This record gives sequence, structure tokens and C-alpha cells, in this order.
Amino acid sequence: MANVWVFVREQDGGPSTIGLELLTKARTLGDVTAIYVGTGSDESFAILGDHGASSVFHLAPGDALVSGPVASALADLAGTHNPDIILFGQAYDDRDVAGRLAARIGRTVLSNAVDVALDDTVEATHEIFGGSQLATSTITGERPYLVVVRPKSFEAASSGGGAPEVTTVDLPDVGSSAARVTGSHVEEKEGPQLEEAAIIVAGGRGLGSAEKYAMIEAIAKQLGAATGATRAIVDAGWVPYAKQVGQTGKTVKPDVYIAAGISGAMQHLVGMKDAKTIIAINKDPEAPIFSVADLGIVGDVHNVLPKLAEELGKG
Amino acid sequence: MKVVVCVKQIPDPASEYTLEPDSHWLVRPSEQVLDDTDRYGVEMGLQLAQASEDGSVTLVSMGPTGNMQGIRQALAMGADKAVVVDDTDLRGSDALTTARVLAAAITREGFDLVIAGTESTDGYSGVVPQMVAEFLDVPALTYATKIEIGDGVTIHRQATSGYDTVEASLPALVTVTAGVVEPRYPTFKGIMDAKKKPVDTVTVNDLGVNAEVDQKVTAVSPAPERSAGTIIEDDGEGHLAIVAKLRELKVI
Repeated sequence: MANVWVFVREQDGGPSTIGLELLTKARTLGDVTAIYVGTGSDESFAILGDHGASSVFHLAPGDALVSGPVASALADLAGTHNPDIILFGQAYDDRDVAGRLAARIGRTVLSNAVDVALDDTVEATHEIFGGSQLATSTITGERPYLVVVRPKSFEAASSGGGAPEVTTVDLPDVGSSAARVTGSHVEEKEGPQLEEAAIIVAGGRGLGSAEKYAMIEAIAKQLGAATGATRAIVDAGWVPYAKQVGQTGKTVKPDVYIAAGISGAMQHLVGMKDAKTIIAINKDPEAPIFSVADLGIVGDVHNVLPKLAEELGKG
Repeated sequence: MKVVVCVKQIPDPASEYTLEPDSHWLVRPSEQVLDDTDRYGVEMGLQLAQASEDGSVTLVSMGPTGNMQGIRQALAMGADKAVVVDDTDLRGSDALTTARVLAAAITREGFDLVIAGTESTDGYSGVVPQMVAEFLDVPALTYATKIEIGDGVTIHRQATSGYDTVEASLPALVTVTAGVVEPRYPTFKGIMDAKKKPVDTVTVNDLGVNAEVDQKVTAVSPAPERSAGTIIEDDGEGHLAIVAKLRELKVI
């Protein structure tokens, strides 16, 4: 049976959602070990077990930036235990550890995967060109194979597994590669979180100016929706990065996605095209967003949105 | 302070990207542009170099040089020189090979600080800078939304909700998100000066690195298409169609 490892970063005191998604997939590939990075607790380890991990290596980074020491410890662990594959999520620390580990052990990384199969070799599926094409890639070199997987590629599900065997691993001193996390600043969360929301209202450059994003917020409030944005308006400084949907932002799969003034660049489509229903408003009838829309309104958001808000306000 | 900024020339994102039939490599026309996300790193590098004594900014890039339009764009912003690793052996490189090559080129130049984007717009593996940092044996301070240089380097690191403050000593590598700083537009003088700035073109042999590639793209196929939706022209009543759709979905 294949020896499958999954990197799981602690988030808000428990295993990250992407970590649980990967554990769920991993148990179809072989016997699963979770690499758990965080403070750790019996409750967290039980959740890992309940998602298919039979054993856990627990690494507690304290205030160290995780990538240096964790990649170094993982390289040693992999050398001793010979995993066939290590899965990582397309998330901040996950990506950092995957990259450093790869360079350390001389294996490349298959990144941005939406599916993964393991047989004589590894096969990863990637969405390219805004998700209009699927590419399959493989690694010709030695194991372990390192694969970074996009969030929401798999659905997290309980395996009914019991408490895993937990081994605590000491982190090495990485000398000149070390960095420290000296503080955290949490932005206030208002309304539903983007990744969890059933409805998302998102805006793009077609809004014309930062002030007009208020129209997006108003409609989102009326619908109990989360607000999203394109990279173009995040780069322009209209809204914070946390709102960005797309390749370099968040991947979302809500029931309803309302795209207002969004043309549908590849970058954006790959993050939202799997929404159950997509409603698009854009004045350019040729905008690529209409190719994925279930309902498309060819019109000016400055006319359509205020009227929509008014209509919704009638209850 | 010696700053090295990693930049990449990519096919114009507004153009349609195509793949070569057998290798599945991205077709790279000789006319390539500077990856837009690299403008932030170049600007940040220029500001940090200007604020330090004996500051300089060197661009390091890998890929077909072409007519060098993208590199010239970054030089026109104010970078001092560029090193471009261009070698046919590097066609179809994977993330690890790319990182090995960039790290070798950076080591050859020497550095106090390396700046890179978080990922390129055409390849977006998102792991190359971290690999480079490991090869250079320096910390990788990633996803920076703000950078300060003092005795060492301090950044605001983008987190799921908010940011963390991260500190390390120099030398170090930092990846920057778009928006870390407002990139300048090249001036006419900058564009003219850029034509005279040194661009050093090197090969894999010059750097003495292994260009072997372990990743192969085996197949590319069209993704299942969404069934066509209803597209209507807004005649002043477009919003009612949205309300009707939301009712049908029982959202309201």
C-alpha cells in the first residue's frame, strides 16, 4: 500500500479545511500520515484521524516562520520513512514548505493540481487557460512526488477513523534561513466568509471607481452574501486582497455567484467557474464571463445594480 | 544594498495563449512583455536601493530573450542592469530547474536582498521563489504587503484574514504581492537610458547547473463546457431577470 503524506497547517486552532480535503483524497491513494504543523491538541489529532490519518507527525513551530525549519525536518523524515507522495494545499505556508522541501531533496513540485492519481507514477490534473483546458502532468524522477492541490478540489468527509498514532518531531535550528513571526494583525470579519458563503456578489473594473464597490456591498448585505473582487481592483487598491477571487486569490464554489462589471479574465474564471449558478452583468457582450454565465445581462452595472438593490429592498 | 529582482517576460496576457502540439509547451513569441506582477518587485527594489548607501538593482530572468521588450520595460523603470539566462536546453523547464538556474545566476551576481513576485502570470506554479531561497540558504519572507529594511528585514506577510509581521536578518528573499507599492511608469528618459544599460545573456553552461527536467505534461484536453446560459440585453428591466432567477433558485 502506498505511503501517502498530507501537509496540514493548523488554522484557528484546528486543522485547515484544505488539509481535511486532502486527507479525504489521500485515503483513496494509500495509508495516510498527516504532517500537522501547529500547536496541536488531542481534539485536532482526533479530527485528523476522523478524516483518514492513521498516524501523525506533529511539528510545533512556535514563533518561527514555518517554511525553513519545517521543510528541513520534513526532508529528514522523508529520508527515513520513504513516503511515495506528499500532498500540500495551495495555501501560504503549504506552498512555502513544498517549495523549500523540493529544493532540499531535489524533487520538483506539481503545482495547482485539481486532481491527483498515484500508480506506477504520479498523475496530476491542472486547469489551464482559465479552466477551458485540462492538462495532465507527471514526474519522471524519483519519489516522493510533491503535489500542491487547489482548495475545493475534493470535499472533506469523515472516514470514521479513530485516534491516530501521534509522534512529536523536534524542529531543527536552520541558522541563517530562520525568520520569526513577531506579531499578527487580524482584519475584522464582516458577514459570511468568502470560501464558505452560499452566495457571493463580486465586482470588477467595470464598476469604474473604488466608491462604486459600495453597490456590491449593499446588494451582498441584502442577500446575506459575501463580497468578492477581481485581481484588477485589488491591485488598484479598491478592496483588500482577502476579497480576491481567482488564480492568485481564493477558489470559491458558492450556489450563486453574481459577477458585476467583471470581464472574466482567465485569472478570475479559474477561481469561480465552478459556482452552481453564475449571474453576470457587463456592458461588453463579448466579455468572456458570459461564456460561463447561466444568466447574463448585457448592460451597465451603474444602471442595473441600483435598480436591483431597490427591487430587493421591496422584499 | 545590492538588490536582485527576479522578473519574467511572458506572452501578452491579452493575447490568446497556445501550446506547441507535441511538447505542450507554451508558445512564446519573440515579442513578450514584462509580467505585470513583476512591476511591483522592481518598484520596491528601486525604492529600497535608493534609500540605502551604494544601492543597486539587478534584474535576473530566465527564458527566451526575444526582442527583450519586457526586460527593457523593467530597465526603463530604473533598474541598473539585467542578467538573462537564455538556453534552448531550458525549454520546458519545471519549477525546480527554473529555481536552480535563477539561484545560480543570483549567486553569481551577489545580493543582500532578492525580490520576486508570488507567482508568474503564465506559469503560476507559485513555488519557485521558495525553492530559490532554499538554494541560496536564506529565509523566504513571502506574500509581503509591506517591506522595511533596518538591521534586518521586516515585512507584513499576507495571512488568511489580516497579516503577520515577520522578521529576519539579511541576506534574505522576499516575495511581494501586487499592491505592496505603486509602480512608477517609465519616463521618456528612462526608456532612452534603458537601451544603453547592460544586459548580460548567459547559458546553462556559464552557470554550471544541471538543466534536467523531471516534470512532463502528458496530455491536454478541453475541459467539460458549461451549458450555455441565457444572455439578455438590458432594456431597463434587466434587474428583474436577476430577481426572477434568484427567486427560482429560492435565494430570496
